[in-house]
Amino acid sequence: MTTTHETQQTTTPQYPEHFEPPRGTAYRLLFGPGLVRGAWMGALFFVLGTLLVVGLRAWWGWDPVWLWPVIITVAGLTAAPIGFLAGIGAFDYWLYYLSGRPTRPEDHSGHGARSWRDYFRVNTDHKVIGIQYIVTTFVFFVIGGLFAMIFRAELAQPGLQFVNSQEFNGLVSAHATLMIFLFIIPAFAGIANYVVPLMLGAPDMAFPRLNALSFWLLPIAGVMFLASFLTPGGSFAAGWTGYAPLAEGQPLGQTFFNMGVQWAGASSVMTALNFLVTIITMRAPGMTFWRMPLLVWANFTTSLLVVVATPFIAGSQFFVLFDRVMHTDFFIPEGGGYVLGYQHIFWFYSHPAVYIMMLPGFGIVSEVISTMARKPIFGYRLMALSLVGILVLGFSVWAHHMFVAGMADWLRVPMMITTLLIAVPTGIKVFSWTATLWRGRIRLTTPMLFALGFVTMFVIGGLSGIYLGSVPVDIHASDTYFVVAHIHYVLFGGSVFTIFAGIYYWFPKMTGRMYDERLGKLHFWATFISFNLTFFPMHYVGLRGMPRRVFDYAEAFGDLNFVISIASFALGASTVVFFYNMVTSWARGPVAEANPWGAHTLEWQVSSPPPIFNFDEIPQVVAGPYEYGVAGARHAVMSPAREAQEVPA
Amino acid sequence: MRKGIVQLVAIGVVIAVATTLVAVLFQWLPTSASEEFDRIQDVYWLVTIISIAIFALVTALIVFSVWKWRVSPDDDEDGPPIHGNTTIEIVWTAIPALLVLVIGIVSAVVLARNGEAGTRPLRVEAVGQQFAWRFVYPDYENATSGELVLPVGKEAQFTMRSVDVIHSFWVPEFGQKMDAVPGIETTILVTPTRTGEFPVVCAELCGLGHATMRAKARVVSEAEFEDWIAEQR
Ligand code: HEM
Ligand SMILES: [Cu+2]
Ligand SMILES: [Cu+2]
Repeated sequence: MTTTHETQQTTTPQYPEHFEPPRGTAYRLLFGPGLVRGAWMGALFFVLGTLLVVGLRAWWGWDPVWLWPVIITVAGLTAAPIGFLAGIGAFDYWLYYLSGRPTRPEDHSGHGARSWRDYFRVNTDHKVIGIQYIVTTFVFFVIGGLFAMIFRAELAQPGLQFVNSQEFNGLVSAHATLMIFLFIIPAFAGIANYVVPLMLGAPDMAFPRLNALSFWLLPIAGVMFLASFLTPGGSFAAGWTGYAPLAEGQPLGQTFFNMGVQWAGASSVMTALNFLVTIITMRAPGMTFWRMPLLVWANFTTSLLVVVATPFIAGSQFFVLFDRVMHTDFFIPEGGGYVLGYQHIFWFYSHPAVYIMMLPGFGIVSEVISTMARKPIFGYRLMALSLVGILVLGFSVWAHHMFVAGMADWLRVPMMITTLLIAVPTGIKVFSWTATLWRGRIRLTTPMLFALGFVTMFVIGGLSGIYLGSVPVDIHASDTYFVVAHIHYVLFGGSVFTIFAGIYYWFPKMTGRMYDERLGKLHFWATFISFNLTFFPMHYVGLRGMPRRVFDYAEAFGDLNFVISIASFALGASTVVFFYNMVTSWARGPVAEANPWGAHTLEWQVSSPPPIFNFDEIPQVVAGPYEYGVAGARHAVMSPAREAQEVPA
Repeated sequence: MRKGIVQLVAIGVVIAVATTLVAVLFQWLPTSASEEFDRIQDVYWLVTIISIAIFALVTALIVFSVWKWRVSPDDDEDGPPIHGNTTIEIVWTAIPALLVLVIGIVSAVVLARNGEAGTRPLRVEAVGQQFAWRFVYPDYENATSGELVLPVGKEAQFTMRSVDVIHSFWVPEFGQKMDAVPGIETTILVTPTRTGEFPVVCAELCGLGHATMRAKARVVSEAEFEDWIAEQR
């Protein structure tokens, strides 16, 4: 948490007269934007929401007047979060503007973090927001991981030992939901938030206030998912897929899932729009599309996926919510509803979502491999185009999740063909990474280990995807532990490994300090080995007959499940090494250079951490980002980075 | 470089052999008990062979490159500026495309054959309800049982229904699975090839008792089946 004081002083904000908070500190604490105002405004809005529901019901003479499922939905899951956001100041600027009051001038006082407290405020600096995202998402990673430890303990033996079946289903559902919506998707958004504007040579994202708002929607979603555990009947327990009609008859906790997904989804969409506009309009002079680093390409395509697909999951969850609280019949067959409709809408988002969870990782790995192998990315243009190919094809395969769902028979073969074809652009990426290694000068740093670990694990996940893509094989393997193995090879060995690679790679840039390389390698090997011991045997138990999402299973699978559980605890323990490394290195690691890896992309041409507005002079981009080995080649022309001064956090 | 290629191939062969051993030494699939599963297993092996080849190729390239071209972390020289190679790029686009098309075609053929009902199959209705299965035999005056009994060698056509939420009918040894969806009817074919007892497993999360929603499937001789069904009426 170091900042460049130097630049801050040069941009000392000029507050106009009327902006000095007029009264004392107590007044400012209560009524100034911040968590305190967020808390009481959240409570206030809860009361207002309750009055709205109760008032309307009383007025219309509906019985009962106090209908808790509706009150919770309106007051607790909708109004209170809005109150909270208003309280922390996420809407201040817009509300001032709307109401004709003088808005805070563009003094950029919301930029940079001067102390750790600034990370708990609405801040419009993409670098601060990036770190807010990353830290928040890792908190949810830990919580989701602990849930997994609990149900793995339960699964170590057949039969029920530690939890009851409602709790088991709840833990499994919450684990997946947190990992997907509160870890992988936003962790990538966090890394991109930090890195993309820098890579583009931009001073910030296109819409900094929207950026801040997108971040603050996330903890709301996370708290909502977790709060469902406190409801009567326990947390939502219909799986992260929340299939209707099971979800319709579930206790109150399911509503928390329906609404939590809305907040997380809104966050994704806003960030994605922001990335799109930023990438299209804020590239430095000379930064043509064909000179953009692949991480930027990856976030560009991911953002397109998010913007188009996310409204579909929002819709699917609203329909379920309406069925639950308003007694509509979208998915209730007795009322003429169409049960499979839920799955079509849900997967129309959730298949693209698996690429939302993978493409940014492809981007990270391209950066790391090229830099660490000291070679240009092999086939840069095809690498970018294959992202576009995945983007387009990704919308034509959703029903491969429904091969045994009883959908129209004729849909199966076309969806199988498109699904299998996605392996082609994916294969291009894998082969190009390996070709980039060829004759390189390979430096096996921690980010590189994770990147190479990713490529091998992802190949396994992609190949198990081919098995599942083949309809006859999927008919046997669908809904079994084989699918669980597949998703963990692509999402853990895939996405999470790339997140680790990215965190290690940009750690010096973000914190201005270097992590401990020995601990990093220890972390990699511990994770790599325990990951495989945990998830590889799942292919076997699945094919042999163990369905997914069960707390009890046939005796025959007892031994392997015991091994899997032990390995999963080791996997959990391996992340302790990571957190220890991160925390201690951030606090007192050796000061990092501006460009410790000798990379060409723009973020490395400024100090670590970068100046408040990223570039003291606008870089002029003159060539591609990976011109390693080309004599005298530069990505951009700019004066060398001044080293940042160290400031105690 | 000659020597390098030899080493690379050697690494690839070692990895391929090791993976093949993993694939054949363990019995990854249940012993098939249906004609449909026999055909599915053929597809499975086709995909497995292709997978082993691709896995060996990629991992061998990575292991070889790292072993051959690794330098110390503070080395600051660059590698050769190779930006790409159009021929290679076309090759590794075309060959995988071809391979997946082969898989796709074979799969489509198997799917079609597994879906062809012969003349007069034995009709069975599988009704899912939280948390038990019920099997109805419409050809035998709607005889109903909690146990699934099938005559060996005779094609059975299942019609799945559900009275509450989605369930999924799965007998691992038959390799066939289909969801039972409220509001619609779904079907699947099974032609048992050997007698024995197999578990019927619910494969779709259906609520609190999902894990325990199991039944027994028994494949018996034609004569035994006739006796059994007579008792059920
Ligand atoms: C070659 C590429 C891939 C193919 C052919 C493929 C194919 C499939 C298929 C057919 C299924 C449905 C299995 C079933 O439920 O019966 C599936 C499930 C899944 N795949 Fe993939 N996949 C691929 C890559 C990926 C990637 C890159 C990700 C994410 C990073 C991913 C994440 C998932 C997830 C999360 C599920 C399970 C969803 C659920 O039911 O909970 N897959 N995949
Ligand atoms: Cu999918
Ligand atoms: Cu079930």
